[in-house]
Amino acid sequence: MGANDMRASTRDSSEAVIVALGLTRRFGNVTAVDHLDLRVRRAEVYGFLGPNGCGKSTTIRMLCGLLTASEGSVRVLGHQLPVDAEAVKRRIGYMTQKFSLYEDLSVAENLEFLAAVYGLVGRNATARIAELFEQYHLGELRRQLAGTLSGGQKQRLALAGAVMHKPELLLLDEPTSAVDPQSRRDFWESLFKLADAGTTLLVSTHYMDEAERCHRLAILDRGRLVADGSPTELMADLPGMTLRVDSDQPRRLQEALAAEPHVLGVAQIGASLRVLTDRKDDGVAWLRDALKNVGVTADVEPTEPNLEDVFVAVTRGRKEDGQ
Amino acid sequence: MSAGRLFAVFRKELRQLSRDKLTFGMIIGIPTLQLLLFGFAINLDIRHLPAAVLDESNTWRSRELVAELASSQVLDFRQHVSSPQQIDNLLRSGDIGAAVVIPRDFEARLERGTEAAWQVMVNGSDQSVQAAARQLASFPLSSLQYRPGIAAVRPVEIVNFYNPERRAQINTVPGLIGVILTMTMTIFTGMAIVRERERGNMEMLIATPLSPLELTLGKVLPYVGIGLIQVTLILILGLLVFDVPVRGSLVDVYLAALVYIAATLSLGIFISTLAKTQFQAMQMAFFLFLPQILLSGFMFPYDGMPRFAQWIAEIFPLTHFLRLIRAVMLRGAGLGELWIELVTLIVFVMVMLAIAVRRFRKSLD
Repeated sequence: MGANDMRASTRDSSEAVIVALGLTRRFGNVTAVDHLDLRVRRAEVYGFLGPNGCGKSTTIRMLCGLLTASEGSVRVLGHQLPVDAEAVKRRIGYMTQKFSLYEDLSVAENLEFLAAVYGLVGRNATARIAELFEQYHLGELRRQLAGTLSGGQKQRLALAGAVMHKPELLLLDEPTSAVDPQSRRDFWESLFKLADAGTTLLVSTHYMDEAERCHRLAILDRGRLVADGSPTELMADLPGMTLRVDSDQPRRLQEALAAEPHVLGVAQIGASLRVLTDRKDDGVAWLRDALKNVGVTADVEPTEPNLEDVFVAVTRGRKEDGQ
Repeated sequence: MSAGRLFAVFRKELRQLSRDKLTFGMIIGIPTLQLLLFGFAINLDIRHLPAAVLDESNTWRSRELVAELASSQVLDFRQHVSSPQQIDNLLRSGDIGAAVVIPRDFEARLERGTEAAWQVMVNGSDQSVQAAARQLASFPLSSLQYRPGIAAVRPVEIVNFYNPERRAQINTVPGLIGVILTMTMTIFTGMAIVRERERGNMEMLIATPLSPLELTLGKVLPYVGIGLIQVTLILILGLLVFDVPVRGSLVDVYLAALVYIAATLSLGIFISTLAKTQFQAMQMAFFLFLPQILLSGFMFPYDGMPRFAQWIAEIFPLTHFLRLIRAVMLRGAGLGELWIELVTLIVFVMVMLAIAVRRFRKSLD
């Protein structure tokens, strides 16, 4: 690559850290990731939301240069993958879904190993490790073997390891799947601190509350990108409507409504029902009619949609396309 | 290739090894146990073979023959029988491995000198017993020198170089250096590299600037040291317990060992590129270990094997190492005299590493 190209690519990366076009990965006959287009901007927390097996991990692995795409092109931090995979690896951090540091090494030994791998030596290494001990509250655990740590402590250690070399881009594959709620909140605080400091973060999750905290997110379903945007945009663009139904027979009503066409989901919240329909504007009138047919009297009020509604609406819509 | 990253892996591997008590125990335990077991058990030089004697002649001369045979310690006469039928029964039941039969006309036969004067019957199903009996029959027995003044004629004289006491350990102990290195080095490295993949560490490592070469070398280097410790242990135990000498230079012994350690490690690295789990790595190592031990000349002499088996044996590094180490330790040869074996081993290392590097890609594809 010539010097001019280098400069051009650096300028390019200042606006978009990840640009993927038509990213596809097949394993035999199975298409795990299907023509994905992605654009992740600098210093944002970008979420990948989707059920297990929707292609989140495969996509992240392709973005790290761990897997080669079957089709499509990826530029990460201005480097073309997979040719420039090694250059990318110096500038990104990757936190695997499963704890992948050494369980038979202590916290300090794990970090010392990673420091050396990233070329930090002597005083630089000691200083950086001390900083990470402080930031992720690992100082008291330094002599403990990683295998004996709790889920939350392991998570902190893994994050400390992944940011050892102050990467510009951090990719996290379901980082909080084995962690209690308090640790999850603390963990997200750490992620926002990193984003404030200018790090771009790509986080996959299947927790709605986590997805809602992202600046922007992509919803993946069976390898395809079905929606993307900020959580507020996504909720505003909900292809349907969320309604609150109060009745004295919520159980019976739930069964009756679940069989109705145009109903995408019914969930009981306390004594009332939360109904998601694909009717966009005439939802209230339509549901009142439907209730009349069922023969149940109930109050119907429109209510604020949440991300789960968006998720159900966009993934259900596709399922019906496919059938 | 960065020395810093290489050293990082090396230090990490040492730390992990120091916590893995089982592997650590095996590093010391396997050589010690094998040396003692093989050293005491493998002995093709037969002594005290249970035997019976049927002396139909029963003269002073025949009794002298029996006494002389007994003093050779090859046969241990347990029974005196009175009929060939009894010998048959004893051989079949396994109570004896050989029998000496002296016919009624023993002295007359000796005098004529045209036919066999006496007979050794053996359980020929065991070839080493057979060989012992054959040896016995060619013994220069003074009781058979019928005419005084004429020395017994020996058609061929065998002069025993390097092992006049005919102790099996002299041959076994140097061979064991090769066998123990083959077993431990190949298994340990094969498993150590596969372990990174099996425990999920590889996914983290691939996302770092660490190169496959740095990872592999860094992981394998501690085992070079372990291999040298094992060699030292076997040399010391061999000297103390079995009185096995090092007749050549000690530097040559260690140089040969170092090259062979490289060969076993490269085989382990190759296995690690094939195996998906540690268990598979161990199975493959054993699969390669068995033919090596059987065909290399450790168990059976290379020269006695059919041509086809010899060709296969030439592929195995152990065959070449055994020639090297036996020459240096027992015959006091220098490595320069055995350069062909050395070069063969080096070529083996390079071929194995070339294949391994081609197969080892730094991705999860």
